[in-house]
Amino acid sequence: MERDDIIEYSLNAGHSEEQGRVIRKKILFVTVLLSVITICEVLLGVFWSTWMPDSWHWVKWTFIVLTMVKATYIVMSFMHLGDERRNIRSMILMPYMLFLMYIAFIVIWEANYVHEVLRTFL
Amino acid sequence: MSGEASKTMSNAVLWGGGRSPFSLSYGKLMIWFFLVSDALTFSGLLASYGFARHSLMPGMEWPIGEVVFSSFPGLSGSYPLMYVALMTFILIISSVTMVLAVEAGHRMDKKGVVKWLFLTVLGGAFFLGSQAFEWSHFIHGSHARVTLADGRTAFLTENPHHNEAIDPATFAMTIGSVQSEEVVKGPEAYKLYQNAISVVSGANMTENEYGPTSYANFFFFITGFHGFHVFTGVVLNIVVLTMVIKGIFHRRGHYEMVEKAGLYWHFVDLVWVFVFTFFYLV
Repeated sequence: MERDDIIEYSLNAGHSEEQGRVIRKKILFVTVLLSVITICEVLLGVFWSTWMPDSWHWVKWTFIVLTMVKATYIVMSFMHLGDERRNIRSMILMPYMLFLMYIAFIVIWEANYVHEVLRTFL
Repeated sequence: MSGEASKTMSNAVLWGGGRSPFSLSYGKLMIWFFLVSDALTFSGLLASYGFARHSLMPGMEWPIGEVVFSSFPGLSGSYPLMYVALMTFILIISSVTMVLAVEAGHRMDKKGVVKWLFLTVLGGAFFLGSQAFEWSHFIHGSHARVTLADGRTAFLTENPHHNEAIDPATFAMTIGSVQSEEVVKGPEAYKLYQNAISVVSGANMTENEYGPTSYANFFFFITGFHGFHVFTGVVLNIVVLTMVIKGIFHRRGHYEMVEKAGLYWHFVDLVWVFVFTFFYLV
């Protein structure tokens, strides 16, 4: 059933041949970036103990930061969230980030406490 | 009989009669909502993994990813994390081909969509096969943990495959950990092995050679749940690909369905990026 009271946003999503070239260039850039980051992560994971022993703490946080960079590029560029309106972007990311930070904090904090309790009383 | 959905409403009530405040179609908005809730499930799983790891029973050690996942199909020897890295790379590349399919769809280039979407399906299938290899290798094990009669822990340097008899002359074990420098060799080591209290080879739901039971359980659940998502994604992509080939979207005037399937596929890739970091690297 055709309805003329609904604006077809899907129909307005197209782009021209010229714009396509620019977009493909950006896709190539993100591809190379993600690949390089993954290779760096694996090399760091395998060789960190030979390259710089006793630095596990820094290596771990490097992994987490690199993962965040990768995630940002996938969400913003591949999933086109960066091209969407700001209100939908915030609606997706803000509640999720808030909840995630809370759960990461509380889980790690509690886990360390449980570990301490076991160490002290067992 | 009429419910809320079938009630006739004036345009002034729907979106205030104007444009959608998000400038998004209903379908895309809903797939985003679904992805957020699915992302919460995965964060819950990874968070509980973090809890198990940080609250570990004193005296126990959490296994190291580089040691557990160090085999490469078709090659003998140790290639730490190489195969997982290849899997990650394949998944990222299949994400790239997906975004190229979406781009081709925006130009109404049916041939391009078919090509890129087909490559995406191929990448997904490769990833699933790799995961099957990882699982089979994980379950089969590579070093078998031996608890010696004097309470020490030892690991076989070469895991005896199911029906192979052990040759005492070439038998060897490392004491303490897989990478330990302390090695016992030959018939003397074989005697220790025969008098051992227990031998755990590979992994199952109750015990594993790598470390705490929960380690294997989290491995099975998290990578299994993700693998199920990949499987679903591949099926979805095949359905969409069939519809593209039939020309359904071309007649409709837009390839938004490719975009929606793409959002799901990128999400699967996104989850793997986190699983890769927190399960294999950190």
